[in-house]
Amino acid sequence: MKRLMIGNEAIARGAYEAGATVATAYPGTPSTEIVSSFAEFPGVYAEWSPNEKVALEVGIGASIGGARTLVAMKHVGVNVAADPLYTFAYTGVNGGLVLISADDPGMHSSQNEQDNRGYARFAKLPVLEPADSQEAKDYTRLGFALSERFDTPVMLRVTTRLSHSQTLVETGEREEAGVKEYKKNAVKFVMLPGHARLRHVEVEKRMLALKEFADETELNRIEWGDRSLGVITSGVAYQYVKEAMPDISILKLGFTNPLPERLIRSFAGQVDRLVVVEELEPVIEEQVKAWGIKVEGKDIFTLLGEYSPEMIEERLAGRDTAVGFGLDKEIPGRPPLLCPGCPHRGVFYTLHRMRLTVTGDIGCYTLGALPPLDGMDSCICMGASIGTVMGMEKARGEDFARKSVAVIGDSTFVHSGITGLIDIVYNQGTSTVLILDNDTTAMTGHQDHPATGRTITAQTTSKLDLVALCKAVGIEHVRVVDPLKLDELRQALTEELERREPSVIICKRPCALIVKEPPQQKYYVDAELCKGCKICIRIGCTGMYWLDKEKLAVINPNNCITCGLCPQVCTFDAVKIVEG
Amino acid sequence: MPNQTRNILIVGVGGQGTLLTSRIIAQVVVQMGYDVKVSEIHGMAQRGGSVVSQVRYGEKIYSPIIKKGDADVLLAFEKLEAARWLDYLKPGGKVIINNDRVDPLPVMTGKAKYPQDIDQKIAALVPDTTTVDATAIAIECGNVKAANVVLVGMLSGAMEIPAEEVEKAIATMVPAKALEVNLKAFREGEKLFAAMAG
Repeated sequence: MKRLMIGNEAIARGAYEAGATVATAYPGTPSTEIVSSFAEFPGVYAEWSPNEKVALEVGIGASIGGARTLVAMKHVGVNVAADPLYTFAYTGVNGGLVLISADDPGMHSSQNEQDNRGYARFAKLPVLEPADSQEAKDYTRLGFALSERFDTPVMLRVTTRLSHSQTLVETGEREEAGVKEYKKNAVKFVMLPGHARLRHVEVEKRMLALKEFADETELNRIEWGDRSLGVITSGVAYQYVKEAMPDISILKLGFTNPLPERLIRSFAGQVDRLVVVEELEPVIEEQVKAWGIKVEGKDIFTLLGEYSPEMIEERLAGRDTAVGFGLDKEIPGRPPLLCPGCPHRGVFYTLHRMRLTVTGDIGCYTLGALPPLDGMDSCICMGASIGTVMGMEKARGEDFARKSVAVIGDSTFVHSGITGLIDIVYNQGTSTVLILDNDTTAMTGHQDHPATGRTITAQTTSKLDLVALCKAVGIEHVRVVDPLKLDELRQALTEELERREPSVIICKRPCALIVKEPPQQKYYVDAELCKGCKICIRIGCTGMYWLDKEKLAVINPNNCITCGLCPQVCTFDAVKIVEG
Repeated sequence: MPNQTRNILIVGVGGQGTLLTSRIIAQVVVQMGYDVKVSEIHGMAQRGGSVVSQVRYGEKIYSPIIKKGDADVLLAFEKLEAARWLDYLKPGGKVIINNDRVDPLPVMTGKAKYPQDIDQKIAALVPDTTTVDATAIAIECGNVKAANVVLVGMLSGAMEIPAEEVEKAIATMVPAKALEVNLKAFREGEKLFAAMAG
């Protein structure tokens, strides 16, 4: 029987069916569920790696060692893994390796919307683009065979809408691919210049062979309809085109690098008007234009965000889809925000009150940048906070470091913050770094990491000691505070900022969503004592709301987990514990 | 089996349990032999943001997302979210609103006002609007967390999905010890929809 699966689960299933025995990843929306699903299969090895570069390097080792290997990451994770990726494209594989790049058009949960098909062209990797969960499973499985046949890592590129949509999947049996023989082959795997020159020749030969394959494979197919309009499309955009214009002719591409030139020329020659429908960058369109074929694409469609069936209707079919009641005009926005009881709230409340310059990082705590906390000045990528605070100090002088901090989560610090900290010590910075240690990778759904002491399968393992690590790289002043004890936190900040030496404050308290014990007590606001100053509202907690008419703050008992923050900020002692 | 594609838009605030509701409904229509696609939101938006799950079923489904003006039912876990997503409703479609108010950040901080009588404004625009206090019903059934299953009951009533199919799906998807409460919540929701529609 067919089963509903999100695209990510289907990818894991495809790898399992292909006989993959090793999978690695660092969690990142929209890719996270791929390797967490794979880890549930019997007889396989899966890991959360500290970051995507390590994930790919472990994957490369597993491939050289002869195992079919799955490596998964979000689009910006491929930036981190790009260094090994480009050279692995030269060496090729032993056991097949499929790299999943989960892109995020529309930036549902990302800092940019880069199109990683660009990487594939640059690194000369074959690319598979499934359009639903069935294809995600089938293409992943096929990807391993292609990887071994053409001796290359294969990129399977998906997008959020595919990763997080459930569609029906017919599963198959696992193929026991086993582990291939390992024989030392230095000319293939030791990329000295002399060897790499030889491998580059192989890469170019491979690209020619792959181009032939692209023209022959059933992954690229024409669905003939009305020939007055022909659309070239791939991925989930195919579904939008089929939904909006089921009767036109479509060239559906499942294998998109290198592109099938003969097939595209033939299709172009048989339709009156040719249009490429692809989200984000004009990757297909530019290649088709380079072949001198008349084609439309980004002159009709946008480079920004996700597409939709109604966008195809409006821009291609010329149908007006404007409908609606207009009620949404008066609806206030609902941005995401820190959960009630979140330990990060205490940190950003304090940083904002102290008027510090804050270089931020990637995680739930990036939400500390939003009003009313307004506690962040920059956020670029994983691990950037520490280098950024150092750079600001070097640009503006040591006195500036007395009023600035870097803020980084525990998982992010392990991912790529450690080297930044070494730089501060080595190059004599004096900045203070806050590690927000909530004992999990919260934003992506609570994955473990080296400092939680648990593996992807919840096995107990060696626990990375963050205090000892910071001391080992040369930070003399490391202290641990509870971020929901505001006085303690403020005092630590004041003392460490004054110091003309580098320091680390570890703000340690588990994520409110992983704490299992229910709250022991309940709060209420004493209406007699509340002066309506709204200071408690400025902590931005959904456990609390404001009655405008009564000029009164009120606790919402359904949301409040009595974390103890609002009684600390209230100057009139109006937040009381419910007796009994 | 109707040939026509059916579209259900389930909206709410991150953390309210919209995902479980869409997954139960999807499981039910799979059991019934339909082609199904469900689009979900994971990641940052789940942290108290506006979230949406989309369920589409029928003979053959292409797009995993619903076009504006094409939803047969809009099921809202929160009043403001019903208004935000109302434009996705088909003319003649149904709206089911859980009578819950969760202030978004701009309202909490006094930068914006929570629109007054928003459910009545929706009812004025859409005659087929039903408002329900699913939280209160769930508490009566024995667990506040079963509110989303009360809404599953309302929804299956609205979509004319046989109760036994839903009960079968719930049995496969909720832990055994929570089954009784959830089945009760489902039946209450269904009964309520029948009473209101009748």
